[in-house]
Amino acid sequence: MNTRFSRREFLKSSTALTIVVALPAAQFSRAQSASGSALTANAFVTINADNTVRVLIKHLEMGQGTYTGLAALVAEELDADWSQMRSEGAPADAAKYNNLSWGPMQGTGGSSSLSNSYAQMRTAGAQARAMLVAAATQEWSIPAAQIRVEKGILSAGSQRATFGQMAAKAAKQTLPTEVTLKDPKDFKIIGKGVPRIDSRVKVNGQAKFAIDIKRPGQLTAVLLRPPRFGAKVVSVDAAKTQGISGVRAIVEIPQGVAVVASNFWAAKKARDAVVVVWDDATAGRISTDTLIAEYRALAAKGDGAAIARKDGDTDAALKTAKKTLTATFEFPYLAHAPMEPLNCVIERTPAGVELWAGCQFHTMDQGNVAEVFGLKPEEVKINTTFAGGSFGRRANMASDYLVECAEVVKALQRSGVNAPVRLVWTREDDIKGGRYRPAYVHTITAGLDEVGKLTAWQHRIAGQSIMKGTAFESFTVKDGVDKTSVEGADNLPYEIANQRVELHSTSNGIPVLWWRAVGSTHTAFSTETMIDEIAIAAGKDPVAFRESMMSKHPRHLAVMKLAAEKANWSSTLPAAQNGAKRGRGIAVAESFNSFVAQVVEVTVNADKTFKVDRVICAVDCGVAVTPDVVRAQMEGGIGFALAAALYGKITLKDGIVEQSNFTDYPVLRFNEMPRVEVHIIPSAAPPTGVGEPGVPPLAPALANAIAAATGQRLRTLPLRLA
Amino acid sequence: MARLFVNEQEVRTDFPDDTPLLWFIRDQLDLTGTKYGCGVGACGACTVHIDGVPTRSCATPIGTVAAGAEITTIEFIKGAAARAVQDAWVKHDVVQCGYCQSGQVMAAVALLTKNTRPSDADIDAAMSGNICRCATYQRIRIAVKDAAQSLPPVAPAAVPKPAVPSRPAPQLKKKA
Repeated sequence: MNTRFSRREFLKSSTALTIVVALPAAQFSRAQSASGSALTANAFVTINADNTVRVLIKHLEMGQGTYTGLAALVAEELDADWSQMRSEGAPADAAKYNNLSWGPMQGTGGSSSLSNSYAQMRTAGAQARAMLVAAATQEWSIPAAQIRVEKGILSAGSQRATFGQMAAKAAKQTLPTEVTLKDPKDFKIIGKGVPRIDSRVKVNGQAKFAIDIKRPGQLTAVLLRPPRFGAKVVSVDAAKTQGISGVRAIVEIPQGVAVVASNFWAAKKARDAVVVVWDDATAGRISTDTLIAEYRALAAKGDGAAIARKDGDTDAALKTAKKTLTATFEFPYLAHAPMEPLNCVIERTPAGVELWAGCQFHTMDQGNVAEVFGLKPEEVKINTTFAGGSFGRRANMASDYLVECAEVVKALQRSGVNAPVRLVWTREDDIKGGRYRPAYVHTITAGLDEVGKLTAWQHRIAGQSIMKGTAFESFTVKDGVDKTSVEGADNLPYEIANQRVELHSTSNGIPVLWWRAVGSTHTAFSTETMIDEIAIAAGKDPVAFRESMMSKHPRHLAVMKLAAEKANWSSTLPAAQNGAKRGRGIAVAESFNSFVAQVVEVTVNADKTFKVDRVICAVDCGVAVTPDVVRAQMEGGIGFALAAALYGKITLKDGIVEQSNFTDYPVLRFNEMPRVEVHIIPSAAPPTGVGEPGVPPLAPALANAIAAATGQRLRTLPLRLA
Repeated sequence: MARLFVNEQEVRTDFPDDTPLLWFIRDQLDLTGTKYGCGVGACGACTVHIDGVPTRSCATPIGTVAAGAEITTIEFIKGAAARAVQDAWVKHDVVQCGYCQSGQVMAAVALLTKNTRPSDADIDAAMSGNICRCATYQRIRIAVKDAAQSLPPVAPAAVPKPAVPSRPAPQLKKKA
C-alpha cells in the first residue's frame, strides 16, 4: 500500500494561496474515538471532552522541539488555543506514522521532522476543524460560512461552544474528503511563535524519559561488553559477585554478559565484579595514530579513489595555475554522548512485547526486537518517551541497545524468570561503546590564476563509510561513493570550473554512525577553512571572495551577507587586553536544505588558550514555523559544535577506546558558552530542518577567526594552537 | 539499615551503605526527576540539595549522609527562589531535551537562595558543574538573571559562601 503523502495529492485552487488537500487513506480515515465524548479526527488529532487537543507526534522529541512544532501546525489549521494543545509520542506504525521523506518507514533524522510533516499535520488540523464546524452547523442550524473558529471556540451570533463541548457531535459527522489549508497571510501561529509545549514538565522533574519507566517486577540489567570491538566470550567467572545483594541473574547474550539485579546499583557493582576471558581472535586491534597515518597516505593519492564529482579538467587546471595551495585536514572519531545514556525497558506481554524507549527509528526498532523474539513487527508495541538527547545515536539500524535488552529478556525467560527488564548503559559504556562519527583525513589542492581567481579544486577524503553494510546502502552509496562521506564537499556553492572530489572508503571494525549534521561535520570544515585561506592568499576579503563565486547560490549568499552585516564584518574588533589577540572568522554551509552562516569572534590568549566570545548566526530554513525553536537549535548546534572543536576526540590504542566519561571526553560547559545571536531570514519557502544545520559552520568559522588573530591555520580537530 | 530524610519524610532502606544516593532516590523512592548522567559527579544531572547545598547524588554513598541531614529533590523544592527559577526557565524556554534540567534547576535554586544578586562570575561558579549537551547555557544564564531580579536583594556578603557545586561529598551537618 502506498501511503506516501505525495505532491500529487495536492490540488492548488485557482484563485487563492490556500491549498486544497485530498485526504489520503491511511492517516485520515475514520478512526475510532477512545470514548464517545471525544473526536478522533484522524491518526493524529483527538479533541477531548475536557477541551484538550491531543496530537500524536510521529517523531521523537529529543530536544529539537518537534512536539512543539508539529502541534503548532495542527493548532494553526484547527484555530485552537495554544494552551489546549498536548503532544504525545505516536505508536510505531509504518503505515500511519511513516516519515514521508523516507517512504514506508517511521523514524526521525536528517532534520526532516518538520519538513515532511508540514502539509500532513496542517491537514490533520484542518480535517478536525472541518468536522467541528460541520457539527456546529448541524447543532445550530447555521451555515458553515457563518461559523467563526478562534482560539478553540466555535461561535455564530449568540451561539458559542468550546471544541470540547462540540467534540462528541463532531465525531458523528461524515468525514470530509478534502480540506482547504490556510493562506499563509492568515497564519496566527506559524511564524508568530508559541512557547515550547514541554517546558514545564522538564523543569519540575515530571517529564518521563525511558530511564524513568518502572514496570511491576522490573529488573535492571547492566551489560559487560568486550573491551575490543568484535571479541567473543570465552569464559565467565562470577565468583566475585557473590554477596552483592539484589543480583538476580548473570546471563550470556551475543553482545556480552548481562548482570540482572533488582536495582541499578547492584547490577552495576556486580557487572564490574564479573571477570570475563575474551577471545580477541576476531577483534580489532586498531590504534588511531596508525589509522590516521594510513588515512593521510590514502588522502595523498588518487589511485583507487571513487569519484564523487568531476567538473572540467582539474589536473590540467592545476598544472597551469599561477599559484597552488595544498592542505591536509584531520578529524577524530567522536562520541555523541547524549545526557541520557542509552536505555530502555522491555516486557513480554500475552500479545507479544511492549517496550519503552526514546525510539528514533521506530520501524527498524520494531523489526529488530521482533526478530529476537521470533515475533511479527506489529506484535512489538513501542511506547516512545522523551529522549535525553540523541544527536543521531538512538537512530541506528541495528537498534543496538534495544536488541541487547531483548536478548536479556529472552535469556531470563529461558532460565524461568519472566520479568520486565530495564537495560541501562553507564556513561562509560556510552563513551566506549562505539558508533562514532568516523575519523577522516582530507586533502585539498586548489589552483588560482593570475588575478587570484579560483580555477581548480581537488578534494580527496579518506574514511569509513557510515552506510555500507546497512539497509540504507542501496540508496546512499553509488559507484563506491557514500553520499554521507562527501556531502558538503561535492556540492560547494562556489563556481569553480575544474573540480574533482574523490573518496577512499575504508573498512575496519570500529562501529560508526551519523553524528549531528553527518558529513558536513567534517566537509564544511575543510572546504570553508580552505576557501578562507585561499581568499587571504589571493589578497581578498573572505566574504567578498566567497560572494564573487556564489552567484548561483542566492540562499547561501543571503545568509552569509546577513551574518556579516550583523557582525559588522568590515569593522575592526575592539582590541584585547594582556597581550591577547582577537580575530573574526566566517563560514557558510548548507545542510539538510537549510542554509547557515556564522561569524565567530575569538580571543586568543598569550598562553595559546582561546575563548569564543560571540557567534553571529544567520539561518534560512524556509518558513520558520516556531522561530524561537529555530533560534534555540542554532544556539544549541553552536554549543555542540564548539564542544567538538575544543575537545572532541575518541582515540583507540591496540583496539581499546582510551576515553571513558566526561572527565576524559570533555564537552562544553556553562562558562565556555559564547554569546550567540541568531538572525532568521524571512522566507515563504517550504520549511526545512534546524536540528543539525547549526553545527557545520562553527568549527571552520572558529579556525578562520584564529587564523585572523594569529596567522596560524589549524587543520586538525580538536583545535590546538601550536 | 540507613535512615534518611528525603523531602521531609523519614525513609529507611536496606540498600547497602555504598549505594549512591541517586539510585536510592530513583530505585527505592521512585523519585525519577533526579537523573543519572555520568556516575562520577562530573555532569550535575543528579544534583539534589542536602541541607540546602547542591550535591552530586551519584557520587554520595547513602552511608555518608549525616544522620538527620535533609535531602531535597527536584520534585519537592519549594519557596520563592524555586518558583522564580522554574518560572524563568519556562518564560525563556530554556529546555531542549530536558534531561539535565532538573540538575540545572537545583543548582540555580541553591545559588539564588543564598545570593539573589549574583554576578556573572557567581553564576559561572554555580552553574559550570552542570553539563547540558543541548548547550542551553545562554538561556540558563538569562533565566538565572531574570529569576534573580524577581527576588528581593540579598547581599552575598551577608550569607555563607555558596558551596563549590562540583564537590560530590555531602555536608556532614547535624540536623538542628
